Amino acid sequence: MNAMMLCYALLIGLALPLGLYMGRALDTDRSTVMDRLFGPVESVLMRLAGVDRRASMTWSAYLLAVLTLHLLLIGLAWIVFMSQGLLPLNPDGIPGMNWDTALHTAVSFATNTNQQHYSGQAQLSYLSQTLAIVTLQFLTPATGLAVLLAITRTLLKRQTSSTTVSTNASTTPAGHGVGHDSVGNCSVGNYCVGHYYVDLTRIVVRVLLPLSLLVALVLVWQGVPATYQGAQSVTMLDGGAAQVIPRGPVAPMVAIKQLGTNGGGWYGPNSTVPLENPTGLANLVETIALLLIPVATLIAVGVISGRRRLMMGIGAVMIAFSLITTTLIVVSERLPNAALAGLAVEGSPNLEGKEVRFGSDLSALWGSWTTQTSNGSVNAMHDSFNPLGGLGLLMDMFVNVTFGGIGVGLIGYLLYLMLAAFIGSLMIGRAPELFGKPLETREMRWISLAILAQPLIILGLTAITVAFPSLTGNSNPGFHGLSQVLYEYTSAFANNGSGFEGLGDGAPWWNLACVLALAVGRFLPMLVPLAVAGWLMEKRTAPQGRGTLSLEGGAFVGLTAGVIVIVNLLGFLPALVLGPIAEQLTLP
Amino acid sequence: MAMMQTHEASQGLRVRPLPLLGESLRRLNPRSLARNPVMAVVAIGTLVCALYTGMAFTEDGGQGAFALIVTLVLLATVLFANAAEAMAEARGKAHAGSLRATRGELTARRVTQSGEETVAADQLRRGDRVRVIAGELIPADGEIIQGAGSINESAMTGESAPVLREAGTDNSGVSAGTKLLSDELIVEVSVDPGESLLDRMIALVEGASRQKTPSELALSVLLSTLTLVFLIVVVTLVPMALFVGIETSTVMLVALLVCLIPTTIGGLLPAIGIAGMERALRANLIAKSGKAVEIAGSIDTLLLDKTGTITLGDRRATEFAPCQGVDLTRLREIAGVCSLQDPTPEGRSIVVLARDQGATLDSPQNAEVVPFSAMSRVSGLDFADGRCWRKGAPNAIARLVQEAGGRVPGDFEALVERISRHGATPLAVLEGNVLLGVIALSDVIKTGIAERFQQLREMGVKTVMITGDNPITAAAIAAEAGVDDYIAEATPERKLELIREEQAAGRLVAMMGDGTNDAPALAQADLGLAMNSGTQAAREAANMVDLDSDPGKLLSAVEIGKQLLITRGALTTFSLANDVAKYFAILPAIFAASVPALGGLDVLDLHSPESAVLSAVIFNALVIPALIPFALRGVRVRAASASAMLRRNLLIYGLGGLLLPFPAIKLIDLLIGPLF
Repeated sequence: MNAMMLCYALLIGLALPLGLYMGRALDTDRSTVMDRLFGPVESVLMRLAGVDRRASMTWSAYLLAVLTLHLLLIGLAWIVFMSQGLLPLNPDGIPGMNWDTALHTAVSFATNTNQQHYSGQAQLSYLSQTLAIVTLQFLTPATGLAVLLAITRTLLKRQTSSTTVSTNASTTPAGHGVGHDSVGNCSVGNYCVGHYYVDLTRIVVRVLLPLSLLVALVLVWQGVPATYQGAQSVTMLDGGAAQVIPRGPVAPMVAIKQLGTNGGGWYGPNSTVPLENPTGLANLVETIALLLIPVATLIAVGVISGRRRLMMGIGAVMIAFSLITTTLIVVSERLPNAALAGLAVEGSPNLEGKEVRFGSDLSALWGSWTTQTSNGSVNAMHDSFNPLGGLGLLMDMFVNVTFGGIGVGLIGYLLYLMLAAFIGSLMIGRAPELFGKPLETREMRWISLAILAQPLIILGLTAITVAFPSLTGNSNPGFHGLSQVLYEYTSAFANNGSGFEGLGDGAPWWNLACVLALAVGRFLPMLVPLAVAGWLMEKRTAPQGRGTLSLEGGAFVGLTAGVIVIVNLLGFLPALVLGPIAEQLTLP
Repeated sequence: MAMMQTHEASQGLRVRPLPLLGESLRRLNPRSLARNPVMAVVAIGTLVCALYTGMAFTEDGGQGAFALIVTLVLLATVLFANAAEAMAEARGKAHAGSLRATRGELTARRVTQSGEETVAADQLRRGDRVRVIAGELIPADGEIIQGAGSINESAMTGESAPVLREAGTDNSGVSAGTKLLSDELIVEVSVDPGESLLDRMIALVEGASRQKTPSELALSVLLSTLTLVFLIVVVTLVPMALFVGIETSTVMLVALLVCLIPTTIGGLLPAIGIAGMERALRANLIAKSGKAVEIAGSIDTLLLDKTGTITLGDRRATEFAPCQGVDLTRLREIAGVCSLQDPTPEGRSIVVLARDQGATLDSPQNAEVVPFSAMSRVSGLDFADGRCWRKGAPNAIARLVQEAGGRVPGDFEALVERISRHGATPLAVLEGNVLLGVIALSDVIKTGIAERFQQLREMGVKTVMITGDNPITAAAIAAEAGVDDYIAEATPERKLELIREEQAAGRLVAMMGDGTNDAPALAQADLGLAMNSGTQAAREAANMVDLDSDPGKLLSAVEIGKQLLITRGALTTFSLANDVAKYFAILPAIFAASVPALGGLDVLDLHSPESAVLSAVIFNALVIPALIPFALRGVRVRAASASAMLRRNLLIYGLGGLLLPFPAIKLIDLLIGPLF
């Protein structure tokens, strides 16, 4: 438990300065020293892309740009995966993927999920890994954060007069206002939210690349391979048959895998493999990297929007949820594995499916954090967790806004915040509003749709799958078998990507069903709040005061937490009762 | 016909079980159920259970009795919801009906080109002119275009003191059913049959034709979504349970569904909306749409006319202040005598004050009265012997003094300013070319109004006083009454401008007015409240009309609006929070037969699966009638900040809703447990 608390303290200690940095580096409304540092690189990239870096988009253009780029990326990745056998950078001669696994893989990585229905080192060429996989591992977290930035500018940012901006600009050296007044250049008056490509570039260049470089260097130091040479063939000490050890540019990929809430590792068994996670220090770095950017994002948004207290309230709910499930999982994994009852190891914690070198606590902590943040990388097998541990993992993914994926975690929280604001406004006798903007039927219809999609997709696909057992092909019948199916779709919808495994999930049904869950789970909860923010921006803003709903007070924070529990978790309770809870209660 | 309506109306105010049951059953028809998705799902669930009951009785070992009881409880749930709506509607109609009853069989004297003809009131069209003679009832809503008369409006307002209505003034509007007491009027009818204010109001309280208000619509979307979510949850539970080898009982699943979907708020939502309109009606406020009532709750800025709202209306003389060297008794006498012929309340109050202070005022002989005019801004007496006395606006009098070759005393300006600063209106008195002094006319602020404004400030509502007074007077009254802001020397244009400014800052603005020149501002305001005595233009432009013509009504409107919204929010929260306990009662019961270990989730230790499920559905059903009085009466609105209100309501309806069902379900289980 001490290790757990230390990790939380370390996480917050590191996220604080990073968040402050991100808040300054990513705010397009002010000039900072970072502009001089990164400006030239960004200028070149922008010029290559033919984008005016001071341009700005309307919310609908932004949304369209996100969708267009992702369709393009999915198409490209799909083609690369299917034809990798014919393409260069394939020293191990890996053949092309079949169409459905390739489509699933493309969509899975394009949605920041990295759910893998294949084994990385054996089924992907270096070209696929570096060009398709790693590109998406950078662009997808950047996209989540970019959409959050657009929403922040639109909805959260306090109404500052334009004089603040010009004062800032005038205090910086003349002729050096890199993208500082995107609002001023917006073609449609004030109804613009920033520029998708400008945001994307800034996030990759200013945050993801430097951090990944840092983490990759630490990992290389700790012994993670980083090479473009093919697999190494070694002769074992006992002089027997030669063993082939796959390798490649592993360290850089692992860095962005952990930092970018991606989760898809170089090797199939992910960070359980010593080559991907060699030492205690590497494990610590990779664990902190899971939540680092999501936590820092809260601070960054607080800085950019000026709503520090709101972000503190949100952070408090997230930390509370995080501590509850982490404690549940850690305690559960300290209990012995029921399957080992009566054996000599009885009484030890549940080490089945765990690396003995990490032990139960660090495996449980990773499991908890990786499901909270929609990362999905593992350093232990989730399938082998005790039932209550599995319950904690599932709860993390149902909620999916306990920090959540980069950008999208907070966006998802905003969805619940909107619902809470709707109910809260009524409770103080005002027509529903959010930040002084009226929430009306159109907004509620789309918010409702985004909320409805989760049980519809997860429970619907689970029900169909278990109703036709010929499709399921899972290794366990009964309660645990249900948990496995439920976990797979939950992981896909939550864009988590971790697996309970034990499913024959390389088949077309699984691939296509998961593609549906992945796409809906990614784009609906991410883009509906953007649209709502855009609609709200066009409405009048009521000044906030004594008579209006304060989103910062303890009562409202509690209301939001209650809405998350009742609207989200309660819906999944029956399924949880039939899965992990029944499994736990029927243990011998 | 009028008699029948009154009879019906008085019936609606009491609960009569049999007609109510009949009305509730009548509302089971699919078309009226379809308007409410939540209750429609309950109704379908009832049908499913009924079918299952039929099958269970024909099979061996079927749980026929249990299924039958669940079916009946579900049916009761729907009927309770219907009864709530029917009761709210009956109350609303009763109020509207008693207002309408008075004009059931009115006849009208329609003025035509060839003369006059007598027609039934319901044949009058907009634009018709009717002649009304003293002692008759006004046949239709309209505007006096010729004549003046005193009218008894007690049929509309309950107030029996007659009021004066006159053509060409701001008080030219008349309502159908009110009685002309004196004189003779020509009234131009302003509405077609079925479109009068009352007809519109009745539509707001009639369930079938009622239009949902904006936030009610948005809430319905949310409730429908939650219903769908739980429908998905329960339907997908069947294959999942089968996969792990559990056979689920259809009846229990329907019971689970009905308990999870927000039936409490779903069942009471129409009743809450209707009751909100009815409360407005009871306050003699006639809303033209439900939206107007709802928006009242969100008002940020209240524009209040000083006269009648903040002050009693009539200024009264409170002090005679002589200039240096002038005898007080001389000032008193001249001021008093000048006012003897002045019929205005101000004039009378000067006479009263002078006499109270011991002056003996004799009617002037050989004097001609110089009436007040807006041009000269003075009035007074011209005596045959050439003497002239004047009283009037200080600067007008000062000019007169100078024209007459007199001198303005040195302390005159100071006197005028002192009186103005205290919120009073100075009136200067002149004898020949000697300026005698000043009379102070003070506004009398209504008792309790400052507390009312304090409460509004607490609730975050900004109050702005509108007055035609000069800035100094306005500031003093504003300070005394405790309004947040004031506008002095206000014109209708200035009012309109102010409303636009406030709206541009994002605020919702409410105002009250009666004059034709108020009409643009009334239309611009988010909540425009016209006095019933006001002109037709004002009443058309407004979205609410106050039958009492009481300028203080804006405050009641705000309260009624807030009450409507809070009641909805509170019951939504309560309904959702109830789900937790119901889960703990029903889920173990559904699975316990196949997986006994799941009985461990039964934290309430209920008697048997059947009694657990029944206890939950019975609780779910009984909550609706238990809360009908609450829905009809509305949550009490307290003057508190939004945060305090949210904390309080969350504690009562959120936490209360979370905890209450546990003991309640346990209690029901203890009562019915022995039967199963």
